[in-house]
Formats: sequence, structure tokens, C-alpha cells
Amino acid sequence: MAADTSRRDVPAAGVRRGRSRPGERLIETLLIVAAVVSVATTIGIVASLFIPTVEFFGQVSIVEFFTKTMWTPLFADKHYGVLPLLVATLWVTAIAIVIAVPLGIGAAIYLSEYAHTGTRKVLKPVLEILAGIPTVVYGFFALTFLNPILIDWWPTADKPEFQNLLVAGIAMGIMIVPTVASLSEDAMSAVPRSLREGAYALASTKMQVSTRVVVPAALSGIVAAIVLGFSRALGETLIVTIAAGLKTADVPTSPIQGAATMTSYIAGAGQGDLPVNSLEYLTIFAVGATLFVFTFALNVLSIRLVRKFREVYE
Amino acid sequence: MTAAAAAREAVAAPPPPLTQRRIRPGEILFRLALQLCLLIAFAFLVALVVFAVYKGWDRLDARLWQQMPTGRASRVESAGVQSAITGTLWVIALTALISLPTGIASAIYMEEYADNTRWYNRLLELNIQNLAGVPSIVFGILGLGLIARVIGLGFTVITAAIVLSLLVLPTVIIASREALRAVPQSIRQASYALGATRWQTTARQVLPAAIPGMATGAILALSRALGEAAPLILLGAVTFIRFNPDSLLSTYTTLPIQIYNLIKEPQAEFQELAAAAIVLLLGILLLMNSAAIVIRNKFQKRW
Repeated sequence: MAADTSRRDVPAAGVRRGRSRPGERLIETLLIVAAVVSVATTIGIVASLFIPTVEFFGQVSIVEFFTKTMWTPLFADKHYGVLPLLVATLWVTAIAIVIAVPLGIGAAIYLSEYAHTGTRKVLKPVLEILAGIPTVVYGFFALTFLNPILIDWWPTADKPEFQNLLVAGIAMGIMIVPTVASLSEDAMSAVPRSLREGAYALASTKMQVSTRVVVPAALSGIVAAIVLGFSRALGETLIVTIAAGLKTADVPTSPIQGAATMTSYIAGAGQGDLPVNSLEYLTIFAVGATLFVFTFALNVLSIRLVRKFREVYE
Repeated sequence: MTAAAAAREAVAAPPPPLTQRRIRPGEILFRLALQLCLLIAFAFLVALVVFAVYKGWDRLDARLWQQMPTGRASRVESAGVQSAITGTLWVIALTALISLPTGIASAIYMEEYADNTRWYNRLLELNIQNLAGVPSIVFGILGLGLIARVIGLGFTVITAAIVLSLLVLPTVIIASREALRAVPQSIRQASYALGATRWQTTARQVLPAAIPGMATGAILALSRALGEAAPLILLGAVTFIRFNPDSLLSTYTTLPIQIYNLIKEPQAEFQELAAAAIVLLLGILLLMNSAAIVIRNKFQKRW
């Protein structure tokens, strides 16, 4: 209790001792129960992913799962090598990152260093709208608007397929621009004015201050933003399901092919009526657990990096 | 020339005025490049909205909400998305009923009651940060494996609402905590000084002051749930449902799922209906977001 009173200036325990209040205790208990829901959710997620996954690896060797290059659990000739899904996922997320990082950081520098307060107040919410658009809409836009343009303009005779990883990556890149921009801008705004003023006093221009003082000083926050964007891209489902298709089997060798990612495989397999507890059904959970481990690692990294820049400047 | 003479000379001939700054092409280019970054993002947004309206224009009429969906190309001219609209209303209303009380109560516990030096309270905080980053399709797997099958609620409205509630719970908690944190300590101290208990202080002083901030966060969380399709794909929503849900245990479909279904069909008529449904969905989201902004600007107190 002593530590509590130092944080919140609530009455000390000694003062309250006089009367016991059952109503107060009951309310506190109810609040704790509500707080426990989120912990139970995490436990539920881990249990519902990993119990079937253990069962899956009882039937398929873990070495085969991570090294074989064929993924055909829903075909007659079954192979359980997850690499095709992993490679497709990496193609899409890599394209998304290549688009979102320059756009997001550029937007963040502009908002943090160049834009007037009034301009920023308008531009920031508009940028946030991009993050609020449902991903099914991005998928529709990528497939029916961007992809025909892409196929039209494609320079070589080897045109992109009707559904392909490239167009999904482009749409996903735009989707995560607000994520990258917003967190980067927070980090840049946290850089103390004195650092900028010091640089201006040494006759730096605005560009020099932005690129050589503010960006390096905010680097851990910017990296956290990129990591978070990467994690968002990895876990996104509808854009890839619609725009990159559900084709599995082989490892995609180029981004103009259509291929299923980890998330779109789960979505595709989950739509069908797979017999419960069949090996095909268990693949949903095994792929889900793999996805969960990746995104969890990235989120932990991102939280650490954010804490680092908060520690330095706040 | 002596040093003193040099100094006089300098005073006599002042440096050129500061307004005559050197033009630096690099600086201008850099600024333009930064503006281009924002411009590309905005152009994408405008193109997306304009394209959806253009493509769905012929289908933006009463058929959209008066008629039921169909999977048959021959009947798509007279089809709409009524069951998806009612399904969305059911699922989102239930999601609000589940996620808002739970999320706000968690936030009150974490901000007003919890001793943050204890390991379990720090773990709670870390858990919420991590939960916020879990991909939505993984929540679908939780719903499929645990809620639909093990608990046995099946592919119903209530399963969908529980899964979406758990999905947006971290968002509700984080927004509510920020709203509570914005209420100054002096309000609480004054209340305690008058002999109020902790719950009296929370319920009568802190909560009323935090409600605008919480409402904004709640609307944004629900608008995320409204557009979410990934977990529901795993929870049985992917069929052309021709009736409205009438109980917690009804089968259902929602707008984003219906849009996904329509996109999958090859004929152009389905794509047009999908575009019209997208315009409807974006319209609802725009209304909700505007409401959030109005509430924030109008009711939020500056201390």
C-alpha cells in the first residue's frame, strides 16, 4: 500500500481502517475480474493454437514442416512443407515495407519538422483515415483497380498474373503508411528542441537538422515503427486473400505470381468444411502458431524499442 | 590597417541583410519529396473512394438494403445485402455490450486501483500491449478452436461478437486509460479530502470527466470491429445467407464478409454490388469517425 500512496495520493491505509466497506471490496473484485479477461484471452489464444499444433507435429515431423518446399495438405498428394507460405509472406511484406518506409518516414519528417501546427492538425487525421479503411476494401481496390493498371504498364512480356503478390504488397504498403508515420512522428516530436537549436546555431539548414539531428536522435522510435508496420503486414489477411489468391503448392519464385501467404492459407482452409481434428484441419493451427510466434517476436522487439526512446527523452 | 580600423570598417559596411538568403535547390527538393510522400498516400485514398463510388454507382439504391444477397449470377440484378446489414448491426451491438464494460472496467482497475509496482500488474500491462499486436486471424483461430467448438457456441452471432470483443478489447482499454490519466490528480485529492471512498471518487468525479475521451476511443474501437473480416471468415460467415438473424444463436453474415463473397465471384455484376456495399461500409465508418471527432472537440475539457 505504501508504494500505492506514493503514486496516487489516495488516503493511506491507516486512515481507512476504521470501517470495512463490503460494497467497495465487491466493486474492486469486479474490476479485477474484468482486467483478468485480457489475460484469459492470451491464455486462450496460446492454448487454442498450441494444443492442436502439438498434435499436428505428432503426425508430421517438425523438420519436414520447416524444410520441405511443397505445401499441399488439401490435395490428394499431401506434402507438409511450410516454405511456400513463408516465402509468399516474405515477398508481400518486403514489398509493403519498401513502399511504407520511405513514404511513412517522409510523411513523419514533414509533419514533425516542416508542417505548421494548423496544417498538421488537418493532415494527421486524414492520414489516419488510411489506417481505418477496412482491409477488404484495400483488397478490392488492389484487385480491380491497381492490378489492371499494373498489367497494362508491365514492361516485359511476362505479365503479372490475375492475382499476384506484387499488387497485394503495394496495397499493403499504403495500408501501413499511417502506422509507420504515426509512431515515427511521435519519436521525432520527442526529440528535445535544444538539439535542433544547437544545430541551427551551427548554421545547419532545415534539411540538415531533419536528416542529421532529428532522425538519428529518434532512430529507436523509427525502427520500432518499422517493426510494428512489419508485424501488421505479416498478420494482414484480406488484402492477400483477395489480391494474391489462394494458390499453394510451390515456392513462388517471383512476386508477379499469385500465391497464398500464411494468413491467406488459414483463411482459405478455414472456409471449407474440413473434418474436425483431421490432419488438414490441424494445419490451420500449425500455420497459425507459426504466424503467432513471428508477430509476437516482432511486437516484443517493437515495445522494447519504444521504451528505449521514451527513456532517453521523456 | 590596425585592428581598430578594421573594426570601424566592419561597422561602416554592414553584412548583406538576412532577407537575401541563398536559394538551396537541395532544400527545396527535399521539402518537395516530403510533401510527395503525403501526397501519394492521399492520392491513394482519393482514388480508392472515387473508384468505389464510380464502380458501385448503378447499384447505390434501395435494392442494397431491401434485397437479400444471392450467389446466382442470373439473380444478382435484383439482389442486395440486407442480411449483411442486419447481421452487422447484431454483431456490432453485441460487441459494444461485451467489450465496452469489460474494457472500461479493466482500465479503471489499471489506472485507479492497481499498484503498478507489483509484478502481476506490470504483467497485465505488458499482456495488453502484446495482445494489441496479435493478428486478427489468430483471434479467428481462438474462436474456431475454443469458442465455437470446445465451448460449443457454434458459428453464430454470439461467437462472432465474443471474438470481435476480445479483438478490440486492448484498443478500448488503452483509449480508456488515456482518458482516465488525463483527469488531473487534484480532482481525486479534493474528493478524498471530502471523505469520499475510492469508488465514490472514481464513479462521481473521475469517470464523468473521462467520458468524452472514452467515448472517442470506444467509437474508434467499434469502427475497427465493423470493418474486420478476417476472424469471421473462420467462423462460418462465408455463405450467402438469405435471412436476417433473430437470436444470439442465429447464423449470420456481415458487410465486410459479404463484400469478400461478392469479390470472389467472377461476373462484373457481383463486383458492382461489392463496390456499392463498400460505399455503404465506408459511409458508416465516416459517420462514426466524424462522431468521434465531434465528441472529442466539443466535450473534452482542457484542464
